[in-house]
Amino acid sequence: MSALASSVASLTIPQLRQGLEQRRFSAVELAQSALEFAQAENPKTNAYLHFCPERALAAAERVDRQLAAGEDPGPLAGVPIAVKDVIVTEGVRTTCGSRLLERYVPPYDATAVRRMEQAGGIILGKTNCDEFAMGSSNENSAFGPVRNPAALDRVPGGSSGGSAAAVAQGMAVVALGSDTGGSVRQPASFCGVVGVTPTYGRVSRYGLVAFASSLDHIGPFGRTVRDAALLLQTIAGRDECDATSAFAPVPDYVAQLDGNVAGRRIGLPREYFEGLASETGDLVMRGVELLKKLGCEVREISLPATRFAVPCYYIIATAEASSNLARYDGVRYTTRATADTLSDLYRATRGAGFGAECKRRIMLGTYVLSHGYYDAYYLKAQKVRALIAEDFRKAFTEVDAIVTPVSPSPAFKIGEKIDDPLEMYLSDIYTITGDLAGIPCMSVPCGKTAADLPVGMQILTRHFDETGMFRLADAFEKAGGFTG
Amino acid sequence: MKITEKDVRYVADLANLKLTDAEIAGLAKDLDDILTHMDALNELDTSNVEPMAQVLFDNEETATLREDQQRPCLSNEAALAAAPLAGNGYYKVPKVIER
Repeated sequence: MSALASSVASLTIPQLRQGLEQRRFSAVELAQSALEFAQAENPKTNAYLHFCPERALAAAERVDRQLAAGEDPGPLAGVPIAVKDVIVTEGVRTTCGSRLLERYVPPYDATAVRRMEQAGGIILGKTNCDEFAMGSSNENSAFGPVRNPAALDRVPGGSSGGSAAAVAQGMAVVALGSDTGGSVRQPASFCGVVGVTPTYGRVSRYGLVAFASSLDHIGPFGRTVRDAALLLQTIAGRDECDATSAFAPVPDYVAQLDGNVAGRRIGLPREYFEGLASETGDLVMRGVELLKKLGCEVREISLPATRFAVPCYYIIATAEASSNLARYDGVRYTTRATADTLSDLYRATRGAGFGAECKRRIMLGTYVLSHGYYDAYYLKAQKVRALIAEDFRKAFTEVDAIVTPVSPSPAFKIGEKIDDPLEMYLSDIYTITGDLAGIPCMSVPCGKTAADLPVGMQILTRHFDETGMFRLADAFEKAGGFTG
Repeated sequence: MKITEKDVRYVADLANLKLTDAEIAGLAKDLDDILTHMDALNELDTSNVEPMAQVLFDNEETATLREDQQRPCLSNEAALAAAPLAGNGYYKVPKVIER
């Protein structure tokens, strides 16, 4: 393996940029090396489902042509990127981790994908995930689980486990994931990388295969806060192909990573620190002490509706999922079971195609929306969601950011929780609230347990205050050196 | 038990899912556990709370509208490329209407 190939594993976006500008390597050499490294390393973790070398090299050639012509190839010039396989790529298979879409080749690109390539980014391939992004461990993929690069017998988290693992393992510099209830932050925490869920509507979901539309986000992974911020910068902003994308202008996040966080008011919600595994709690509290040293004012706050978040989330998310997944009926998307009537065709295709967790959620969602139960479950959950959002609104009149754990415990063993769906759902407690409220939130590495398992710290801020969130996370990262 | 196997069969029918007997038994237990946990929501008085259907939308109702102009779109061929069975520019399915 070339020296460049193995160094790709640790480079950051600014370092890649410098290498390209100083002509130490071309974008094509970089893409070839990154592919070589990723293809050699991938069998260890199963993070990538498939690679797209032709597309990657074509994009790299464009960057080299622009550099040769003295043009600016864009802020992601030459950057090797992994894309979660729930985000569509024209001409490149997009499976959503499902047997149903095993052979699906989309006819268009997601807006986020298009914007990354316009900014010079190089998409190496598509990453493994829980089927239709439903899961917290990546064990629900039809194409086998992903192993955590930090501990190969453990899960990488989910549902964006492949993207988190790819970045942690050095098989991509940055990656796209999607987050509906923690699917970017929890795997980022388990794998020891930075993972960001931006404000709802900040990034267009055009081309993100829908799971729960009032909760779905696309979000970036990086090995540094700066890289993740730069990727978000590139993909954020209004898109007329997604009516829910926000009009708010996108600030220059990277320019504001000035390390100045003195006087920032940080809230620690007491509901989030009860019932934590002790090592996770100790590490997050050590992180809080570091924030104090940086001049932040830390105070305890209360988000009283927190304990209702899991039931609220799993009603809304499954209800929306049962509707969104109705389209996989054997008529339009590649896979069809043999049947004599249309009705049997739908049923047999779906029965054979969906995995156990998708079926469970479709059933739960259909139940809570069914006649006689709608008010008791779905409407009730929407009201509780309003209370959870109101808790955050009130808290942000007193503090500028909220700091919490990401997950109650570090990465668990593969197979450890797979037979207890409720137990798995309960472990999402700290991440689902941010999605329900639609506020920006992220996981930043804050150390490792005695068994060398990464732990993440979550930072949440007001709607559209990604700037404040990144500034805090960047100052924390630089002061602690916890990344990597 | 909130959920019986009969309920599971009814909901599976609504959801167009063909399930095996083993799946039905497993789902009855899982859904029962999960829905029992969800009953916790009833502890909250929400009689004066407006349901939250979407996160935020600060712009005027017409902000997302645009001029109704013709623009390029997917070709019929591209749109049907992923179909398991297509013909004459349409998706093909088993006969629905008896003549």
